[in-house]
Amino acid sequence: MSEIHLSQDEEAIIAALKDRVEKLEPAVEKICGQLSLGIEGKDLTAVCRVLKEHPAMQFDYLADLCGVDYLGKHARRFQVVYNLYSISLNHRVRIKVDLQEGEAIDSVTKIWNTANWHERELFDLFGIEVLGHPDLKRILMPEGWEGHPLRKDYPLQGKGQREDFSFIPENERPPTRRPKVRSEEW
Amino acid sequence: MITQELKINMGPQHPSTHGVLRLVLNIDGEKVRKAEPRVGYLHRGIEKLSEYGSYQQVITHIDRLDYISAITNEFAYTRTVEKLLGVRIPERAEYVRTIVAEMQRISSHLLWLATHALDIGAMTVFLYTFRERETILDLFEELTGARLNNNYMRIGGVSRDLSSFFIDTLYKFCDEFPAHIEEYDTLIRENRIWHNRTRGVGVISAEEAVSYGLSGPTLRGSGVNWDIRKAEPYGVYDKVEWEVPLGENGDVYDRYWIRVEELHQSTKIIRQCLDQLPEGPILIDDPKIVSPTKEKMNMEIESLIHQFKLMTEGFRVPEGEVYCATEVPKGELGFYLVSDGSSRPYRLKIRAPSFVHLGAFDRMVRGGFVADVIAVIGTIDIVLGECDR
Repeated sequence: MSEIHLSQDEEAIIAALKDRVEKLEPAVEKICGQLSLGIEGKDLTAVCRVLKEHPAMQFDYLADLCGVDYLGKHARRFQVVYNLYSISLNHRVRIKVDLQEGEAIDSVTKIWNTANWHERELFDLFGIEVLGHPDLKRILMPEGWEGHPLRKDYPLQGKGQREDFSFIPENERPPTRRPKVRSEEW
Repeated sequence: MITQELKINMGPQHPSTHGVLRLVLNIDGEKVRKAEPRVGYLHRGIEKLSEYGSYQQVITHIDRLDYISAITNEFAYTRTVEKLLGVRIPERAEYVRTIVAEMQRISSHLLWLATHALDIGAMTVFLYTFRERETILDLFEELTGARLNNNYMRIGGVSRDLSSFFIDTLYKFCDEFPAHIEEYDTLIRENRIWHNRTRGVGVISAEEAVSYGLSGPTLRGSGVNWDIRKAEPYGVYDKVEWEVPLGENGDVYDRYWIRVEELHQSTKIIRQCLDQLPEGPILIDDPKIVSPTKEKMNMEIESLIHQFKLMTEGFRVPEGEVYCATEVPKGELGFYLVSDGSSRPYRLKIRAPSFVHLGAFDRMVRGGFVADVIAVIGTIDIVLGECDR
């Protein structure tokens, strides 16, 4: 694997993180000039707090938080990605946490208020539970929806839940969803 | 006197809630104690659909996010893919992209001003702003063949060059438009009702605005000097001179003022881009990414094969991931793209400003009056298409 060339600023970020968070060994990557750090789920809140509060980092703006489903590609199925930005210092960093199916992640809503809605979306579309979230419930899908649509094993055409909604008239439901079974006598 | 806290629905039928936004308000008399936006009524699964389409096919979905400024969405998406491909587009294409993006900003802000004023009760502004917006939509029609969902940008450039008619009309528009902005201003800027409805309403401090992830004019209204066009310049924003308007109080009035000032700045940017517009191609010369011209296809078998491969399979993007943020009229539109080396995005996360802004909605209206809720919905300039995706 080719060597990663880090700028002084990026080296300082990694050094400060290692200094403040015990036993932290981030997996450093740099793609298209963007630094990303892979960390363990248990270190997440400690790392985020340092990234936000350290005077040399000041990542005060959580630009984005999302999940990725690596079904069958990685040993740990899910990845939660935090794209951070510092408005005062104008630099970006990405934090990645790998999770197994059924594993939960800690909430960062106490660090950035915006994480509230992003984490609800993560829970809704990937089914990843967020511990310590003040109001973890579905955000885009209806409350009674089964399954999590952005998982790779969820079919593009859905599982037919929509046709079961009471507000859709029966004559408008696609016939393929409810095949009529001929009775034996007929 | 006995008071009782009530839970009421505002929207989705209310005109200011765009038909698909439902707000559950806890009110005590006229005071709002809590506001909970319920979104998802327009969810179309664009992120999921993107995983099943080639990189070019996704552009047409991206148009439908913020449907009143489709071209800026395309700008953000094509930049993201180009970043991962490691492609640099021709200089003329960069200028053309910047020009149309700023035109789109003007048309988006005009529609916002019209509907925001209408929500608060001012009718005439609506008629005036639509008059100028029409000129821009006519130009888009001339350029792209469509007034909405333009599908103009391509990965590697833009689909058509600007005609001399387009450039002349745009120059004329730039000459006349500042006077029209003054016209809107005289209607509402000094209006006492407008002041009472907007000053000190929906206030959010700079620190909180950053913590809630606000961006664009909504963030700059709180006095935070951050514009992606200045902080991480793309297009040709670093080659033209313009200013970032900043508010002080973080209220509805400041956010209104910033958007009106941005109309002036966008006109300034467009004029400078037109003055500096260089000659040259508008698409990169790479048959693996850009479809060949019809003349070439008629003459060369390789071009025909390239076109066939591009239309049936698309092109492959190197494995990796990238986050690319762009300043659209509403704020930061970011795409987090993960590629597994195939010809389709493995994962495309759309960071839509409207979605994030609605997350701060409760904070902005809590403690205010029910009537202020309407003013705040208008001021954060939401489009539910990109919020629900």
